Amino acid sequence: MGECFDEMFDSDGSLRESYEEIGRWFNAEDVSRLRAKQREAEEVFRLTGITFNVYGKAEAEERLIPFDIVPRVISGREWKRVERGIEQRVRAINAFLHDIYHRQEIVRAGRVPAEMIAENEAFLPQMLGVSPPGKVYTHIVGIDLVRTGPDEFFVLEDNARTPSGVSYMLENRETMLKMFPELFSATNVRNVSDYPRNLQRSLAACAPDCAGHEPTVAVLTPGIYNSAYYEHAFLADHMAVELVEGHDLRVFDGLVCMRTTRGYRPIDVLYRRVDDEFLDPLNFNADSALGVPGIMDVYRAGGITIANAPGTGIADDKAIYSYMPDIVEFYTGEKPLLKNVPTWRCSEPDSLSYVLENLTDLVVKEVHGSGGYGMLIGPTASKKEIAAFRNKLKARPANYIAQPTLSLSTVPIFARSGLAPRHVDLRPFVLVSPERIRITPGGLTRVALKKGSLVVNSSQGGGTKDTWVLED
Amino acid sequence: MLGKTAGGLFWMSRYLERAENTARLLETGQRMALTRTHNSVEEWSSVLKTAGVLDGYLEKHEDITKESAVNWVLRDPDNPSSVRSVIKQARDNARLVRTALTHDVWGAVNATWMKIDEAMKRRMNERDLPAMLELIRHQSALVRGAILGTMLRNDMFDFSRIGTFVERADNTGRILDVKYYVLLPTAFSVGSSLDNIQWESILRSVGAGGGYRITHGQKTSPSEIAEFLILDQRMPRSLHFCCRKIQENLSYLKKDYGTSGPSCEASNALYAKYLDTRISDVFEFGLHEYIQEFLNDLGELSRQVEVDYRFYE
Repeated sequence: MGECFDEMFDSDGSLRESYEEIGRWFNAEDVSRLRAKQREAEEVFRLTGITFNVYGKAEAEERLIPFDIVPRVISGREWKRVERGIEQRVRAINAFLHDIYHRQEIVRAGRVPAEMIAENEAFLPQMLGVSPPGKVYTHIVGIDLVRTGPDEFFVLEDNARTPSGVSYMLENRETMLKMFPELFSATNVRNVSDYPRNLQRSLAACAPDCAGHEPTVAVLTPGIYNSAYYEHAFLADHMAVELVEGHDLRVFDGLVCMRTTRGYRPIDVLYRRVDDEFLDPLNFNADSALGVPGIMDVYRAGGITIANAPGTGIADDKAIYSYMPDIVEFYTGEKPLLKNVPTWRCSEPDSLSYVLENLTDLVVKEVHGSGGYGMLIGPTASKKEIAAFRNKLKARPANYIAQPTLSLSTVPIFARSGLAPRHVDLRPFVLVSPERIRITPGGLTRVALKKGSLVVNSSQGGGTKDTWVLED
Repeated sequence: MLGKTAGGLFWMSRYLERAENTARLLETGQRMALTRTHNSVEEWSSVLKTAGVLDGYLEKHEDITKESAVNWVLRDPDNPSSVRSVIKQARDNARLVRTALTHDVWGAVNATWMKIDEAMKRRMNERDLPAMLELIRHQSALVRGAILGTMLRNDMFDFSRIGTFVERADNTGRILDVKYYVLLPTAFSVGSSLDNIQWESILRSVGAGGGYRITHGQKTSPSEIAEFLILDQRMPRSLHFCCRKIQENLSYLKKDYGTSGPSCEASNALYAKYLDTRISDVFEFGLHEYIQEFLNDLGELSRQVEVDYRFYE
């Protein structure tokens, strides 16, 4: 893997400027007290029920995401650059979505091949010609970033469907504030706690024209056994809106209504945490019990706003990802501020043969996969795993993309032996409304707790950290 | 508020109340079984019957022993009304209505589930029983305190309270239903020591021993015990008290919503029919018949609440 960039210490082992306070604090702390605090934090998460359910495990299994007490710090100057890059990218994504569901100028211009769109599973023909209010498609976006050097940020993935993790960002901060108030007194950390209010405002601003002065917002969850149920309840609670399931909803007189103790009441904006295919059994997966029969018809007629819009998955598809630099340039007329990781599309014969020759150096991902499943990390894979993957690749090349293994930055965690560097990524959360794009300072830092590991997914042994953006 | 949420609050509270009542019932059963003058098999069978879990028990067990009865009532996953199952259901309902609960209430219910689930991992023996019952009682008090101390007095609170008092009235009613014969004024009942133990056990199983003594002193008589459990206005587990609370909370909902359904009327009718009366009339009517009809009407009322406030589609 070689030397990678550590965000806390420079190559001489001295503290970087933005970490000075944290370094001072850590050195002055008693290790056993910190250990007790670490346990205390986990107890708080357990009692609050901040858990996620693991698919494929027993129904009742709810796990904690490990939390590390050493914060990850980003300076105000660094953040400003990242923020501008994210905003540019999110504007481009929304323009791209509007375009491909209307005139498809980008295809006509030859910048993205037609089959990339038409044959993509995430492309929803039902969305053709539909214009959501304010032309906002991705009301909530999570742009996954990794860092490789002082000013080197790469976008790893654009989560344009239903990005999760924001509740962990908020709870991590609450926990840190409770446990180490003295640390916050000594530094100037930007606040994140207004996220739920901003989310509510941002969603309400996207209400359809038929909505009243104070639009009714609701969160749609698949139910208490969903892996992110905790977050769905958390967001509904903090936005002060209803948390609904499919069986609470029905279509009446062209409106989507929820069953209240006083009868059915219309909903104007539905923040759905249910995938496209389960949204409407009449229009998509007929077996879905999670959705609302007929909601797509109401949506197309302008009776409700669905956030994120159906069909946004086409923008965070891993095959489309490789076209993102072109997409950004095409719609903004600017060079992309954030870098894309170089990507080989295995659907192209030249790329495929390169990938097959260099499997031991590459990361290979399924085009539609997520959660770190179904991928090959060449440098750490066994010969057997590589051989098996080679066959899969040859059988369905278009199903895969490949990328070089980046040398991800590290931030220390508080391990048994003291501070120990571990690889991290960052998911900033972006809210889009017709008026503006809001980016919460920081986001969710995920950390691979195993030494040397690059997999940060919570389902595979990743943890989280509080993320600080400093006021300059 | 969503109909589903109202239902979740109602059932969360019912299950929590049920867990506490079942624990108290076990405590009494254990106490009775330790009294040598008494037939222990009969006592455990009556505990199982009162908790409404006797049929399920007999499907799985050949005979009635203290240990199997205790484990069935407390922790058997095959028993949907075991304390463990009931706490699990309370917690699932709490999760379902998480947005309607305060941080404190959710935290208390969640911690209750985690502690009781952990404590019930192993088979329960007689030695561990007191600590287990103490834990259940302690956690119930914690949850109740969080509900009373932190929840807004709005429709959410009303549904939670209706659930609590429907369950509690049902519980007191069942105790009377199973033990009614002990309270009948028969030729044999002359206040023998056996009678005294039986009467005391009834009071104990609704946690009313102390309250009864404050009200009636040391003198125990079956009709006064029946009156205390059925008609006393101050005893928080009497049928009278529970029905008043159900009526009250339904009337708050009526005021809040500006309309009401048949359940509001039904609660007034329940009160008028069974509780605006004297204990001598109850005995004249027949204690057993009275209790059975009461439980039946209470069940109907509960179902009507579910319909009126759209708990389900």
